[in-house]
Amino acid sequence: MTGVGFVWKNLYRKKTRTFLTFFCLFIAFLLYVALGSIAVVFSLDTVSGELGANRLQTSAKYSMIDDIPKRYVDEISQLDGVELVTHMSWFGGYYQEPSNMLVTFPVDPSTFFRVYPEYEISDEHLTAFLETRRGMVAPIETVERYQWKVGDIIPIGSDIYAQKDGNYTWEFELVGYYTPSQEGMSAVLLQFDYFEEANAFGPGSVGWLAIQIADPELAPELAQKIDSMYINSSDPVRTATESESNRQFLAQYGNITLMMSGILLAVFFTILLVCANTMAQAFRERIAELGVLKTIGFNDFRLGFWMLSEAILLSVLPAIFGVVFGMGLLMAVGSSGAAAMFVPTPPMPVLLSTAASSLALAAGLGVLVGAIPALSTTRMTIVDAMHA
Amino acid sequence: MAFIELNNVVKNYAKGSEVVHVLQDLNLSLEAGDFLALMGPSGSGKSTLLNLIGGIDQPTAGRVVVAGSELGSMSSSQLAKWRSESIGFVFQFYNLLPFLTAQRNVELPLLLTNLNGSQRKENAMTALRTVSLDDRAKHKPGELSGGQQQRVAIARAIVADPQILVCDEPTGDLDRQSAQEILALLEILNEQFKKTIIMVTHDPLAAEHAKNILHLDKGVLVESGQTEVAT
Repeated sequence: MTGVGFVWKNLYRKKTRTFLTFFCLFIAFLLYVALGSIAVVFSLDTVSGELGANRLQTSAKYSMIDDIPKRYVDEISQLDGVELVTHMSWFGGYYQEPSNMLVTFPVDPSTFFRVYPEYEISDEHLTAFLETRRGMVAPIETVERYQWKVGDIIPIGSDIYAQKDGNYTWEFELVGYYTPSQEGMSAVLLQFDYFEEANAFGPGSVGWLAIQIADPELAPELAQKIDSMYINSSDPVRTATESESNRQFLAQYGNITLMMSGILLAVFFTILLVCANTMAQAFRERIAELGVLKTIGFNDFRLGFWMLSEAILLSVLPAIFGVVFGMGLLMAVGSSGAAAMFVPTPPMPVLLSTAASSLALAAGLGVLVGAIPALSTTRMTIVDAMHA
Repeated sequence: MAFIELNNVVKNYAKGSEVVHVLQDLNLSLEAGDFLALMGPSGSGKSTLLNLIGGIDQPTAGRVVVAGSELGSMSSSQLAKWRSESIGFVFQFYNLLPFLTAQRNVELPLLLTNLNGSQRKENAMTALRTVSLDDRAKHKPGELSGGQQQRVAIARAIVADPQILVCDEPTGDLDRQSAQEILALLEILNEQFKKTIIMVTHDPLAAEHAKNILHLDKGVLVESGQTEVAT
C-alpha cells in the first residue's frame, strides 16, 4: 500500500456516500461541459467560420419566417461589390416520421455550391442535381444513416409546404451527396425549381438570400445599401454578415449565455455545498483515526495533504467522467442532423477548452472543500483527537 | 543517564478559566528493557504520563528524556519522526483502521520508511507471525475478535522495530482469556525482543505481568515496587 492507495481506500470507505457525491458531481460537470460549450458558441462567432466572412445574409426585416420576393436575387446581383447571390427556403422536412427531422432547404444548385464551397460535392453529383427536376442531395452521413442509395426516390414530409394537391409528403430523387467540411453542416438540399413549381403557396418567393461579396470590408456598406433598396417596399429586408445573422438567429432563444451561466452557477453552488458536507462528514468521522496516525508518526503536513488530495480526487474523478460524457453527448447531438440546427455543436477547440476549464474548476472545487478539513487536520493535537 | 528519565515534570491543562494540575513535580527513571505497569485511579495522570513518554504531549515544565532524546526541545514534525522510529503504541480500543485489512493496518507505520512495497508487506507479515495472526492477514478488523484485533495492534506497534512500547490499558476491553494472551505476548516482547514496555492498567492481575509497578495518585507517584512473579 502507498500513500496514494491509502487516500484511495479512504475515499471509498463509505461507498454509498461516495457514489452519490460522485453522481452529483458527474451530472454537474456533464451539464457544465454541455451547457458551457453551447454558451460559448452562443456568445462567440463560432458558427460560420472564416468562410462566412465574405458572405451577407438577407432576410425579411421583421421575421425570419417571412419569405422575400425571389426577384431580389437578380436585383441584388447587379450591385457593385456583389459577386454572386443564391437563395434558400426553410422546408421543415422529415423522413418517414416527424421525429426523423431533416434540415431541408430548397436551393438553386447552379449558385448554391459556388457561394458555399464548404459543401464539397463531386462534379458528377452536381451535374445530376442540376439536371434532375426532382433532384435532392444530402450529406454523406445522412445518406449512410438512412441507407439511401443514389437513384432512390425519397419521401420527404414537410411541416410547412403542401403540394398543389394538398399532399404534404414530397418525393425527391437522391442524385448525390456532399461531404461537409465543417461540423454542423447537415442540410438536405432540394431542387428549388421543382419545389417552386409544385408548392401550394405558388412561385416567386424564397426564404433568404446568401450574398457572396468581393471584399469583406465592404460588408457594412453593402448591407446598408441593400436594406435601403427595399425600405419602403412591402417586403423590407434586413441584411447582415452571415456571422451576425447566425448570432441573431440563435438569440431568438433568449439570452442563452446568461441563462446557462445562471444554471451553472446554481448547479455549482449546490455542488459546492454537497462536497463540503461530504468532506466535513469524512473529517468528523475520522478525527480519532487521524489522532492514531499522528501517534504512529505521520506528520501534520502529510495527513493534511492526504485530506486535501481526497477532496480533490472526490471532485476531479467524477468531473473527468462528466467531461467525457458531456463531450460525447454534444458530438452525438451534432451528428444527429436536425438537432444540430437548434443545438449548435461546439467546435473541437471550444470543447477542449471547456473540458480543460471543467477539470481546473473541479480541482479548484476540491481545494476549496478540502482546505478546511486539511487545515483542521494539521492543527489538531493528538490528545484532542484521541479524546474526540 | 537512564533510558527514560523524567525530571521535575509538571503538566497542567486549562479547562475554561480553571487550571487542572495533572502531574506535579514528577521524577522517574527507567532502564532499557524494563516492563513497567502504571496504576492508579481515573484522573491520576497515568495516561498523561504515558503521553509525555510517548512524545504525543509536551510537559508544562520539567524535562523528559527518552532514548537519549530530549522531547521538550523537539518540534512537532521532529517528534512525529521520532515517534515513528522509537515508539510503538497499543491502545485500549485497538484503534485499527476499519477499512484496511490486518496486513495493511500493520503496514501503516512502514509508509514512513524507505522500504518498498514488497519489503513492507514482508515485514508486516513477519510482525503478524510474531503475534500468531499471519493466517488472518487478509481479514478486516470487523472480522476479528477483540483479542485478535489487539494482537494486530501490537503487530502494528512492533513492525517498525521500536525500542519502546507504550500501552494504554491494552487489556481493558478484553475478556480474561484474551487479556492473558495479550499480556503473555507483551512479556515475550519484553523478554525475547528486549522491548522496553510501559503499560497503563487498572487491573492488578495485568500489572503482575510487569517487572515494576508504579502507582500514581493526583499526579504524584505514591508508591513503587517490583512484582514478585510474572505469570
